[in-house]
Formats: sequence, structure tokens, C-alpha cells
Amino acid sequence: MNKMERALNELGTMDELAVRDSPVHRLHPAAKLLAAAAYIVTVMSFHKYALSSLVPMLLWPVLLFQISGIPVRTCFYKLRIVLPLVMAVGLFNPFFDREILFRIGSVPVSGGVVSMLTLMLKGVLCLMASFLLVASTPFDRICAALRALHVPGMIVTLLLLTYRYVGVMTEELAVMTNAYHLRAPGQKGIHVSAWGSFLGQLLLRSMDRAQELYSSMLLRGYDREFRYASPPSFALRDALYLVCSIAFFLLLRFVNVSGLLGQLFVR
Amino acid sequence: MIEFSHVSFAYEPGKEVIRDLSFRLEDGESVGLIGANGAGKSTVMKLLLGLVQGEGEITVDGIRLEKKTLAEIRRKIGFVLQNSDNQMFMPTVYDDMMFAPMNYGMTREEAEKKVDEVLARLELTALKNRYNHKLSGGEKKMAAVAAILAMEPEAVLMDEPTSALDPYNRRLIIRTVRGMKETKLIASHDLDMILDCCSRVILLSEGRIAADGRAEDVLRDRALLEANHLELPLSLSRG
Repeated sequence: MNKMERALNELGTMDELAVRDSPVHRLHPAAKLLAAAAYIVTVMSFHKYALSSLVPMLLWPVLLFQISGIPVRTCFYKLRIVLPLVMAVGLFNPFFDREILFRIGSVPVSGGVVSMLTLMLKGVLCLMASFLLVASTPFDRICAALRALHVPGMIVTLLLLTYRYVGVMTEELAVMTNAYHLRAPGQKGIHVSAWGSFLGQLLLRSMDRAQELYSSMLLRGYDREFRYASPPSFALRDALYLVCSIAFFLLLRFVNVSGLLGQLFVR
Repeated sequence: MIEFSHVSFAYEPGKEVIRDLSFRLEDGESVGLIGANGAGKSTVMKLLLGLVQGEGEITVDGIRLEKKTLAEIRRKIGFVLQNSDNQMFMPTVYDDMMFAPMNYGMTREEAEKKVDEVLARLELTALKNRYNHKLSGGEKKMAAVAAILAMEPEAVLMDEPTSALDPYNRRLIIRTVRGMKETKLIASHDLDMILDCCSRVILLSEGRIAADGRAEDVLRDRALLEANHLELPLSLSRG
């Protein structure tokens, strides 16, 4: 199995995660989507030095990971390529913001270090929330929820097709890479002289397949609406989930729970 | 039920791949569409589904194919693609089978009932909750046929339904196709399968009809077949 085939397999396992059954999976996609959006907005609204009050925000995704039965390590494994990029955000803050905020023992901690860690944590939390949404909801249902929230059909279709075509392109890439390596034994990667034609062929082949896939959707009645993915109606439990989640975010946003706990123990 | 009347089509100006094609398919008829590579078999199907637009007139159940009737006509015709990977785009077989019925206005309960009924009819109930990306080639092809039947089409078009299948799965597809009551138009190079499944054969050559008649008559004509880069079906060449 080459790298591309492994990537393809991973894409498939995302779909498998999404169709599992758990209380989180059974929630209405719109409730999950709105809660995830509210979570991301709340996380992003924390002050750059508010590291300690941001930490309790971890509770929400961790709790949902537990309830949904999706291992947290799967999240970090699947996000391993994006995570370093997220971690790199704010890497230069310590050089620009050198004001000392506090000391741990005799070690001074500058504002730059705190804001860097805050930014990193914000990135990780947002990724966890997004992953949780995608891993507990089939993508078509997310699209159906977006349509129900009156997001234009064209934009939602673009999102859906992008999701589908990632798989199609990866499949084509897997086939082409295999074909290349079978005729270039011992060569690592694809030689630079072949990049142009390789990419051109990949594009043409993917376009052909994408066109056929889209035709197949049209021929089975797809018209930018997501009737086939429409979830059962919005129930009381969905509303409760949404309201409780938002209330929890607001609580953590405006009450420094870490600070309060700290005071409790320090006393 | 399906009628082509003087239909022509060219992908590039001046290079017609379908030339003045006229034929008629009656309700419940099972017709094989054969011909050499590039003879225009797939294009005939694309024309019928409105995926490409040519000159002339195509009617389905008396409805003329045009932009405003496209949805109505597509509702009546199911198309089994040659490459099932391009057809099965939902995570599981069940999701894929629910796609068309729900798009066509069935309630979830009605669609589920239909899906179960089709799966039982094709003896595929075990595939219901399987992930599409984990199916074998034969299973995928059977699931693709099931997904099309779940939309309750009046006619089914099949493009190379037995390509890349092992003998067991090929036999399974043939048995399934033979059991289907819908009008069928099957494009294939597998002439034994055509002989097994179709009562009539249309032989295309350079976008024209070179022969149109009873399957046994057309498929026994060695000279005609060889002139069109085809060979006698094995079952006939033995006898």
C-alpha cells in the first residue's frame, strides 16, 4: 500500500467514524454545526493572554469524544499534518512581546510566550471541534444542515464536491504513483522531469472522473438540495444540547474557572 | 417507449460520432448495444440521458428530450455506469441506495422499504450496511445495480455491466439482469452476456446502425461481427 492508498483509506475511515451510532452521532447536524461554530467563535474571542481561562474549554471536546466513542488519539493522528502548522502560529510572538507577565519560581514568563501558547491552544481546540463535527456527522448531513440554515445551494454544493473530489483525486494519484514506481524501480518520489506531465495527467483524469461522478449524482435526482441526507426533525434533545453547550461556553468565557479553582487550592 | 429519430452528434465540429441514428425500444424490451470501441455505444446512452445534446429528436414515453423535460426523463431512466466507483459515492451501500429515492420525493420510511425490498430481491441484504470503499468489484457492481433499481426506473441503461468481473460475479449480474422487468439497453463487448440477456441487438458501426434484429440472428453472423472487430459469442462458436 503506497502513501496515497493509505491516505485514501484514512478518508474512508472518516466516513466510517461518521456513520457510527452514539448519542453524539444521533444529534441533529444543525445543532452540532451551530454548537461547533459557537465553540470556535468563543475560543477565538479569548484574550491573547487568557491562557489559564482558555484551558477549561478543553472539557467540551474531550467530553464529546468520550460520549461519541471516537478516540482523541484518532483526532490527533488524522490531524498530524495540520497540527504542526497550527503550532507554528505565534512562534515569533516571544521575540516581539518581551514584557514579563509573571514568574514561575525564578523563571520570567513574557507576554510573547503566553500569547504563543494561547494561540497554539486556540488552534488545537478549533481543530478538535471541527474534527468532532466531521467525525460524528456524515458530510452530506452537514451540507443538509447548511442548506437548512439557508447557506446558498451553490456554496454547499461546492463544499460537497470538494469533499468528494479529494477522494477521487487521491484515488487517481494512488493509481498513477503505483504505475510510475512500477516503471521506475528504486526511485524515491517522482522525478522532477516528470512533474509537469504527471500533474497534467492527474488533473485531466481527475476531471474526467469528477465529471462522471457529478453526472451520476444528477442522473439520480440531485438538484443542490439534500433531501436524501435530511435528518429527522430538530428534537428537544437537540435544542437542549445546543443551549447547554452555548451556556457552557459563555460560562467559561466570562468566568475564569481556572482562576477560581486556583484560588480554592491556594487558600 | 424510447425513440431516437434522426439523431446525430459530434464532440468536435465535423467529426460526427453518431450519424442519423433512428431506432425504437418498446416497453419491457431488452436490447443489446454492441460495436467496436468508438462505435458510439456510450454516446447513445449519454444522448438518451441528456448528458450531451445532439441534433434530431429523442423521446421517452412520448416526452421529447429537452432542457425542461430533462428531470422528468431522468426520473424514468436508471444508468449503471461502467465504473461503479464513480457511481457509489456515499459512505455505505444503504446511503447510496437511499440517495435517488429520497431525491425523487419518497419519505425516508418509503425509501427504506424500497431499499430493503430491492436488496432482498437481489439477495444482497448482507451488503446493506457495508462501506462502499470496502466492497469487492463484484459486490460494488451488484450494489450499483441495486442503487439504480431502488429509484424505480422504467428503463435501465447499463454500460459494460460485466467488465472486470470474475466468472461467478459475471454470472450473478447476468442472472440479475435477466430477472429485471424494466426496459433494458445494455452496451457491452461481452456478447455471451448479450445473448443471455437480450432478445434484440443493435450493432453500431461508426455511429450508424449496421444491424438491428433478433439477438440470435445478429450474433450468429460471423462476417458481420468480424467486420466490426467483434467475434462470435463463445456459446455459438462451439456449436
